[in-house]
Amino acid sequence: MIAPNPRTGLKPPPLAKRPWTATKITGHVLMAFWAISGVYLLTYLLGNLEKPILELALPFLSGEWEVYASDRIATHKFDSFLGRYGDKYISGFLVTLKIVGLSLLFGAALSIPIAAARSSKWKILSRPAYAYVYFFRGTPLLAQTFLIYYGFGSFRPELQSIGLWWFFRDAFYCIIFAFSLNTSAYQAEILRGAVQNISRGQWEGAQALGLSKPVTFFKIILPQALMVALRPYGNEIILMIKGSAIAAIITIYDLMGETRRAYSRTYDFQAYIWAAVIYLMIVETLRRVWDRIEARLTRHLIR
Amino acid sequence: MRVLRMAAAAVAILAVVGGAEAKDWSKVRIGTEGAYPPFNSLTADGQLIGFDVDIAKALCEEMKVECEFVTSDWDGIIPGLQAGKFDAIIASMSITEERKQKVDFTNKYYNTPPAIAVPKDSKIAGTSDADLKGIALGAQSSTTHSNYAEEKLPSADLKLYPTPDEYKLDIANGRIDAVVDDVVVLSDWLATDDGACCKILGTLTPDLVINGEGAGIAIRKEDGELKDMMNEALAAILANGKYKEINDKYFTFDVYGG
Repeated sequence: MIAPNPRTGLKPPPLAKRPWTATKITGHVLMAFWAISGVYLLTYLLGNLEKPILELALPFLSGEWEVYASDRIATHKFDSFLGRYGDKYISGFLVTLKIVGLSLLFGAALSIPIAAARSSKWKILSRPAYAYVYFFRGTPLLAQTFLIYYGFGSFRPELQSIGLWWFFRDAFYCIIFAFSLNTSAYQAEILRGAVQNISRGQWEGAQALGLSKPVTFFKIILPQALMVALRPYGNEIILMIKGSAIAAIITIYDLMGETRRAYSRTYDFQAYIWAAVIYLMIVETLRRVWDRIEARLTRHLIR
Repeated sequence: MRVLRMAAAAVAILAVVGGAEAKDWSKVRIGTEGAYPPFNSLTADGQLIGFDVDIAKALCEEMKVECEFVTSDWDGIIPGLQAGKFDAIIASMSITEERKQKVDFTNKYYNTPPAIAVPKDSKIAGTSDADLKGIALGAQSSTTHSNYAEEKLPSADLKLYPTPDEYKLDIANGRIDAVVDDVVVLSDWLATDDGACCKILGTLTPDLVINGEGAGIAIRKEDGELKDMMNEALAAILANGKYKEINDKYFTFDVYGG
């Protein structure tokens, strides 16, 4: 029985009938299947964390719980996957961050002159910049990495004679070089698109107020362009984070490299699950930071 | 009702696929890598050749079964076997404890020691961990050789490559100072023009736990029948001279080992 509304004395309309159709039953069964799979996967993964959790909890336990926990730590064989490879994952994670961070930084620095050249009205500047962007956006990052790593590797005598071999000898420098060139092409396009998106009226208005071109650019155009460019920039960083897994195949022990190494010793598929979890955590952190930055940049638009 | 019908169809398909698991071994799919000369490699026109391939063909002939070859990345070859992409791995896979936890092995079909190769002008004195301190040492990943380097040569700076082709490029151009692999694989490469850069520094004493007792044929654990068939065929070609014929086609010495 549903009570009538005390103020109006009216009863709410009866609830719609929701019969147990075949579709609905199938839906529930499938949902239950996924839920059980998910719970199984979680317990399977968290089994790895039992020992560290018990050790952390030990000082706070007393009586039979303390006996139980210390017994379990002492007698149980905790040969867990994370116990053996956890440190490797952390070092791989740091290498991945280093690769992505440095590449994005160098890429950003490179992208400014490229974007400027690309939107220049002199063809001698805009054509090569266009070709550069066309090449790096049109070929796979993997191919670019191999070209730089193995391609330059076969020109050792020439590189040695001009004193550049130390740079191309090191896989880490090669990957930073390849990734910086790649991301600079994408970032140049993002930057150019965002700046050109600002209407000419803004330039003209600033000119009418007697502002110089650099002041107009940095104080009026760029802040507005950044609002437009922010999301594409975020996408580019996420693509870079995921693309950095390529470093593993030219002998760098980044997150993916360590994952492959751990997998090759254990053939345990949770190696890849942990890698996926860590990549997801990086991307999720970035997403949240980006939400904050966007709120800050567009605070004047919120009513 | 459509959903129910779809579910019924899915169950039916699963039943058919599952039913096919009732195995008759008239056709066996052999997984191999195709990047490990002289044991298994691909010719320019995509044909599989090598010692492993000839042994596999001889075994299939002996077992009177039809064989089909499937190539797989080395890193993914055991998962590929477990996922049923092929029924046996004949790819110079060493029989080790780590791998035995996942798959079964036949008896060994050859056993050769690992070795270290260095550029001809290298100043590295020996193959001990102390001699290799701080040098960049290349190996193929997921191999007994990379495991050996990780465990027994911890002072070296180990670099892992997906296939031997890549470490060969990198030692030729001087990015790495030494490589570790099977002595036969290294010798075969050194005899070619590409291997002109380098020489064998020395062989390593195999570690029974890491290097195993030789190369065997990996079979899924539930396929005991196929394993027995392979073992019988292996004993047969060893006895009837077919093995020796293949051995002599590729090597001037006996690779079966003691």
